[in-house]
Amino acid sequence: MTDLGEAFAAAWALVAGLDSGLAGIVMLSLQVSLSAVLLATLIGLPLGAAIAVERFPGRQLLIVLLNALMGLPPVVVGLLIYLLLSRAGPLGSLGILFTPQAMIIAQTVLIVPIIAALSRQTIEDAWREYSEQLRSLGARRLSGAMTLIWDTRFSLLTIVLAGFGRAAAEVGAVMIVGGNIDGVTRVMTTTIALETSKGDLPLALGLGIVLIVLVILLNALAAVIREIAQRRYG
Amino acid sequence: MLPLELDQITFSAGGTTIINGISARIEAGPRTIILGPNGAGKSVLMRLCHGLLEPTGGRVVWHGARNGDVRRHQAMVFQRPVMLRRSALANVVYGLQLAGKSRRESELRAMDVLEVVGLEKQAHRPARVMSGGEQQRLALARAWALGPDVLFLDEPTANLDPASTQDIENIVNAIHASGTKIIMTTHNLGQARRLGDEILFISNGRLMEHSPIDRFFREPASPEASAFIKGELPWHQAGGTG
Repeated sequence: MTDLGEAFAAAWALVAGLDSGLAGIVMLSLQVSLSAVLLATLIGLPLGAAIAVERFPGRQLLIVLLNALMGLPPVVVGLLIYLLLSRAGPLGSLGILFTPQAMIIAQTVLIVPIIAALSRQTIEDAWREYSEQLRSLGARRLSGAMTLIWDTRFSLLTIVLAGFGRAAAEVGAVMIVGGNIDGVTRVMTTTIALETSKGDLPLALGLGIVLIVLVILLNALAAVIREIAQRRYG
Repeated sequence: MLPLELDQITFSAGGTTIINGISARIEAGPRTIILGPNGAGKSVLMRLCHGLLEPTGGRVVWHGARNGDVRRHQAMVFQRPVMLRRSALANVVYGLQLAGKSRRESELRAMDVLEVVGLEKQAHRPARVMSGGEQQRLALARAWALGPDVLFLDEPTANLDPASTQDIENIVNAIHASGTKIIMTTHNLGQARRLGDEILFISNGRLMEHSPIDRFFREPASPEASAFIKGELPWHQAGGTG
């Protein structure tokens, strides 16, 4: 028990003292996951909106597929991106395996289905409510979809935050494509995994604290946004 | 735009015939009320006229249609107003901009109509937090701002209290006075009497009669209509909207 207590104390000292090693790891984590969520939003949101308002053959199948892909195991995504980016792979010439770029790509692939599937649901529900009115006013499908994205912006923001939470907390994909190289591709989750197996509990615990606080903050932010939006815009 | 001719229109969905071979000619001028019990097909008929639904048989013809988009000369107000998550003013401006008006022109026009429906002080309030009656007035303002030749109203007061209902009826009359053709559904006989000049009486998806309001109430031509007027509803559809 004393070991555990000491580890906590040491971890707290690292966090409170803004230890430079720890701060670097946190910054890289945020950089990778924020980039991934931005890219995934740019891809997933229009994709979700298009599926929500368009009718085409195979649409239902695509929806089932997207929903299933929300549960993609990160290690499998990591493996696939690894195969694509490895020297012998089709994108091997890019030479970005074991770099933060590779990690951003892997996390983007991981969360595009989440953002696309959830925004599809949100926008389709809104479309059901609004479509007659919008069509009556002369909106076409594309302009209607843009209107719906803007009108459901607060729900969509919550979805984007959920995507970010997933990216920041996953370990399998970034471990495989990043390689967990000290000072280059080492992020919070991979460091926790490594330091735990090495027995260096303070750093692992310190990062764990930061990660949990981050997740709580994100959820609080999502709740506050929802509350304010509901009160102001109905 | 007008006259509007319905030529043997039929609409079926999921194996059920909702509108069954309705033919009618609706002229410019008189306020037309589509009357009938719940489930008769009033709302579906209106959506067929407005072009939100395509008839599965027959044709909807606008004989006076000028070149261009037929939809642009019509507007519709629904039973439950659908407001965007933005201000009252922005909701009216939205419709005008879809119709191709400039931002400045839209805002001026929007303020004008908000004033006419008594919402000018609420112009900057979020539309979705307004009361049901205010939202319906806003929906009328949004439709009126477009300057339509024809305004469709689908049970616009079904969810409102008597005071709000009167506000809405006054606005509908003002829109009529400005030269817009009114076509409205209701199952409320009092409202039909107050607002109607002619009646299209629908029952079970069929047009039972098309007559001036006085004659309809004095000497209804069909047993269904006379039963409906007497309040002896032989129909047993529960809930829903016609």
